[in-house]
Amino acid sequence: MPADFYFAIEVILNGLMAGVLYSLVALGFVLIFKASGIFNYAQGVMALFAAMTLVGIMNGQVPFAHLFNAIFGTEIHYFGWQVPALFAILLTTLVMVVFAWAVQRYIFRHLVGQEPIILFMATIGLAYFLEGVGDLMWGSDIKTLDVGLPQGASFWIEEQTAFLGGEDFFGFFIDQLDIVAAGVAIVLVAVLVAFSQYTKQGRAMRAVADDHQAALSVGISLNYIWILVWSLAGFVALVAGIMWGAKSGVQFSLSLIALKALPVLMLGGFTSIPGAIVGGLIIGVGEQLFEFLVGPLVGGATENWFAYVLALLVLVFRPQGLFGERIIERV
Amino acid sequence: MKMKTLAAALIAGAMASGPALADLVIPDLSYRTGPFAAGGVPFSDGYQDYFALLNARDGGIGGVPIRLVECETGYNTEKGVECYENTKGEGALVYQPLSTGITYQLIPRATADGIPLHTMGYGRTSAANGAVFRNVFNYPANYWDGASIAVNYLLDQNEGSLEGKTVALLYHNSAYGKEPIPTLEALSAMHGFNFTQIAVDSPGQEQTSQWLQIRRERPDYVLMWGWGVMNQVAVQEAANIRFPMENFIGIWWSGAEHDVTPAGMDANGYKALNMNRVGEYPVFDEIREHVIEAGLAAGDGSNIGSVLYTRGMYAAMLAAEAIRTAQEMHGTDDITPEMMRDGMEALEVTEATMESWGAPGIGPVFSVTCEDHGGSGMGIVQQWNAEAGEWVALTEYIESDQSVIEPLVMEDSMAFASENGIEPGCT
Repeated sequence: MPADFYFAIEVILNGLMAGVLYSLVALGFVLIFKASGIFNYAQGVMALFAAMTLVGIMNGQVPFAHLFNAIFGTEIHYFGWQVPALFAILLTTLVMVVFAWAVQRYIFRHLVGQEPIILFMATIGLAYFLEGVGDLMWGSDIKTLDVGLPQGASFWIEEQTAFLGGEDFFGFFIDQLDIVAAGVAIVLVAVLVAFSQYTKQGRAMRAVADDHQAALSVGISLNYIWILVWSLAGFVALVAGIMWGAKSGVQFSLSLIALKALPVLMLGGFTSIPGAIVGGLIIGVGEQLFEFLVGPLVGGATENWFAYVLALLVLVFRPQGLFGERIIERV
Repeated sequence: MKMKTLAAALIAGAMASGPALADLVIPDLSYRTGPFAAGGVPFSDGYQDYFALLNARDGGIGGVPIRLVECETGYNTEKGVECYENTKGEGALVYQPLSTGITYQLIPRATADGIPLHTMGYGRTSAANGAVFRNVFNYPANYWDGASIAVNYLLDQNEGSLEGKTVALLYHNSAYGKEPIPTLEALSAMHGFNFTQIAVDSPGQEQTSQWLQIRRERPDYVLMWGWGVMNQVAVQEAANIRFPMENFIGIWWSGAEHDVTPAGMDANGYKALNMNRVGEYPVFDEIREHVIEAGLAAGDGSNIGSVLYTRGMYAAMLAAEAIRTAQEMHGTDDITPEMMRDGMEALEVTEATMESWGAPGIGPVFSVTCEDHGGSGMGIVQQWNAEAGEWVALTEYIESDQSVIEPLVMEDSMAFASENGIEPGCT
């Protein structure tokens, strides 16, 4: 086999890995949309905020230090301690739960019964608010995130596959971080599916997703379920923030990863957890393969627009996405 | 009746008090928020802190206080234009747009308004031709100089020949990132190296396919024209595929501390160009004493000495020197934007000048003329020492190849002149 064949396989493998990272972001959108019908524009900013909070806690950074210093003329920046990664992740999860409660208590409780577009607009406002609060809390500098995840090529895979394609082939390149991300995504999806299928809260969540009114009539607290869902989405955002933040450092651009999740959602459907995963994988492989095969002919940098073209093509034939629930309305 | 008398008295009093010297107004089109804030904050801090020092220590320039007017652009072109329109009426002397996109939009506006732009190391490269771009200055170096400096450095590393070598350009898929392509194509033809282009879509968070391509094609050198998150991801991806860091060279907008620190020790050996030197300059002590300790700093003082803080401060030094030159040329301390333009066009930076700033050797020696708004066109190569956490200068100032750049500047600027009905000239 010529080296080009193996290069194409390598591109597909890396596309799958990139797709897993897209899926991690898309999962958060799906959770909230499925349970409450809200398209959460702030999901990307939640990933940024969660990652910033994690780094801040790990480094013992004083939140709002710049604000305090500017008002009171003090010079405080750090508490002077370091928090182990695992404990910091737990604390950050708690922060995201508090955030979920606050979002529910102060925003969406007041918007019950409003049109979906109003709820969507509210999440746009939430995104900008959270961006500003994140900056004010932790500063706008780029933060190094080190929770001990491995990075760089997997030597083992490279060595085991180097013989395949002759002298021009150097073995498959797979980033160890991507392998970890794939493992985490599999566990996360399995836990989420198990949670929604086999726990009381999960079943309540599904009931709310199916019919709010019916769920209310059997005594399910909408308020509690929505806080639960936003907390889960916050945790998923934290996981996505860790994986993406390990690559680039924790910085504002993390919030833009939401743009990567949109074509995944269009393709996989807004209401399906497996759809988010499969959609992510299709987008990941599709964009990488297109860049590999067609990119050189059109000047490259095709990934961003190709993902949307692919999603639009699916929408033309299947408006609800590959795994979304078909909308049937009687008139 | 009483009110009318009082108003008349106030007006008469104001007229009798005579003309007061206005402030020297310097707008700062900064970006402290958004995806590029990590680069915008230190630059703006350095820019503002130096003017604050001049106010606190010297009472301004020529006895006239400087008034900084900060406006947040978020590195967004529309907001940048709004900032310009909102601040120009305050008597703005010079704009430092700090964005190639904003610069392109401001060139016709600032030219019509008679306000000079200083786009150091960015913006429209052919603005170096002052006979066409009367109000635009891009000293001390531009992107095409940067491309040539990088190639000259590589020539030096390869005993004067790049014959048969492959140089890849990894660039931000924008007007900024595409700027060096014509120069590198010309240099490739001249020196016989293969030149490949690899585009990265903004913001550059995902670069898997680009680095797989680099891994497949194994270029000898990778040059990078990146900004924002693209830089940090590229450095990490280069480390991931074990690309030799010493063969990876970024432009001066890809060579700050925050571009390399997220990759940790993996970034060790990465190189970048710089249009000015970083170091511990005496002026920093003065800034600490007169500005930071006095609570007048734009930031919290933590950026002092960093690459972009130093560059912002250097930009302010050049602006302040142009103001001094304009004041001397026109015999008045209260200068207008047109006089400022004259001062910029007559700017001369010598070793003694930089010594007087408290920053000996911070930049190259150069002078500006009507024909040449581009300055020396020189730059250094610096390398990241991850263990020490600092950039180390590897070279003295390297000259760019003007035999290649000048014809390109002339071609592009003359095309602009003919499109816009400008009669080039230096009268």
